Amino acid sequence: MAVLVVAEHENASLRPATLHTVTAAQEIAGPGGEIHILVAGAGCRPAAEEAARISGIGKVLLAEAPAYEHRIAEDIAPLIVKLAPGYSHVLAAATTSGKNVMPRAAALLDVQQISDISGVESADTFVRPIYAGNAMATVQSSDALKLITVRTTAFELAPAEGGSAAIETVEAAGESGLSSFVGAALTESVRPELTSARIVISGGRGMQSGENFAMLERVADKLGAAVGASRAAVDAGFVPNDYQVGQTGKVVAPDLYIAVGISGAIQHLAGMKDSKVIVAINKDEEAPIFQVADYGLVADLFQAVPDLEKAL
Amino acid sequence: MKILIPVKRVIDANVKVRVKADQSGVELTNVKMAMNPFCEIAVEEAVRMKEAGTASEIIAVSIGAQSSQETIRTALAMGADRGILVQSDEEVQPLGVAKLLKALVEKEQPGMVIMGKQAIDGDNNQTGQMLAGLLGWAQGTFVSKIEKPADGKLTVTREVDGGLETMALKMPCIVTVDLRLNEPRYASLPNIMKAKKKPIETLVPADLGVDVTPRLKVLKVVEPPARKAGVRVASVAELVDKLKNEAKVI
Repeated sequence: MAVLVVAEHENASLRPATLHTVTAAQEIAGPGGEIHILVAGAGCRPAAEEAARISGIGKVLLAEAPAYEHRIAEDIAPLIVKLAPGYSHVLAAATTSGKNVMPRAAALLDVQQISDISGVESADTFVRPIYAGNAMATVQSSDALKLITVRTTAFELAPAEGGSAAIETVEAAGESGLSSFVGAALTESVRPELTSARIVISGGRGMQSGENFAMLERVADKLGAAVGASRAAVDAGFVPNDYQVGQTGKVVAPDLYIAVGISGAIQHLAGMKDSKVIVAINKDEEAPIFQVADYGLVADLFQAVPDLEKAL
Repeated sequence: MKILIPVKRVIDANVKVRVKADQSGVELTNVKMAMNPFCEIAVEEAVRMKEAGTASEIIAVSIGAQSSQETIRTALAMGADRGILVQSDEEVQPLGVAKLLKALVEKEQPGMVIMGKQAIDGDNNQTGQMLAGLLGWAQGTFVSKIEKPADGKLTVTREVDGGLETMALKMPCIVTVDLRLNEPRYASLPNIMKAKKKPIETLVPADLGVDVTPRLKVLKVVEPPARKAGVRVASVAELVDKLKNEAKVI
């Protein structure tokens, strides 16, 4: 049976999380296994067309309904429930959207979901982080159908081009009428997206204010980096919630992660310790962040960050 | 309006967990336990709703071993009115928890269930969504702001990957809370004493007619790969040089 990937998209475009999820699906399906992608949205044909170009996709299912515009879980879950019986596995990225809808669909299908997998051992056995990544559990599912969310940083991007899958329109499930979209306050940024950036520079409580994040932004612009933050910096109101890297925020694994004024609580490390190279800049030489840093600089960030900007 | 708050006993967030030598799980003996931090936020929110006159009664529910009574007592000391312990010495996975909670919701008929968005042990982030699905209720997940209910609707602000999203939920509904919803209070000594007299009902899963047999078998639990200790650099110039010429990442 084929594997279904629930696409992460913004109607007009596909998000990179979908490409990571496709790679996980390929590992599960094995060579010759078939993968389909479900694009559920409103006015989302462009995203479906992008999905059809991903290398190795058998078919794209396009479901359009006004209620799908904002991917409301109460409305999308019944669609997944309707489609799931034709598949061995249904996968979505462990993003806020995937985490919202998949458990609801799983419960309706009487399936115990496997959350946030970071490895595929076989078609029924998966590795996933528990306790903020301080332990890795290998779990085997006894459910006939498997619903899975995927830790995107643990799987490479599938090639975005090279495929030419057919797009098949599927009928939307009825509107639930349970919840409605009121509005959104999304952070506009010209910088790369945090979860897919090659370089991330994050600030913590040591930044002392939101205004001081401008220093990090200038370094980020020189490096083509995204800007992140620790929970402490978000709680203090320096930056919006979508900057948060950590156990309950975003998980990132860039080539280079620069932690500035971040002490390194285990909850923060959970979100960035799979980065290839970690740099820590902190004036406290005892800060736990130095235990995971490849390069540690004990210095006052208000001196070091402007110096770094000049040196780049 | 009654509010049901599920609470979970977990290893204290400040404790460094250790994997057992036999790879069967993590070490739980002689480890400091506490209420899951997200559950504390849920309890706090319910108590504030009661103080504001929106809620009439708060029922704290925990599913787990006898020791989970302590976690219920913590919720009672914070301001919950009574507790229910569904006792199980075996691990109950999120689907099983959601089924037990569904049975309790049908019994107690709350107008809302407020709960943590995830427990910091399994990091599953499933139970609230599952419960909402099983009940056919609206779900507001990862919530950082709750408005006063009006016209049978609850307006919530959710923390999503791109920023914030506001949704109107038909009541009754499930809300799962995120970190920035509130700052949970510490229970005062008089309230801790008072909590000892509040009632806790004890049930077992069979009383609720729920099969909680785990669907996921844990084959092994191991330490994550450790990062090699790095080096200290003396200056920004040395750092930039290392990143360019040694790590080759810039």
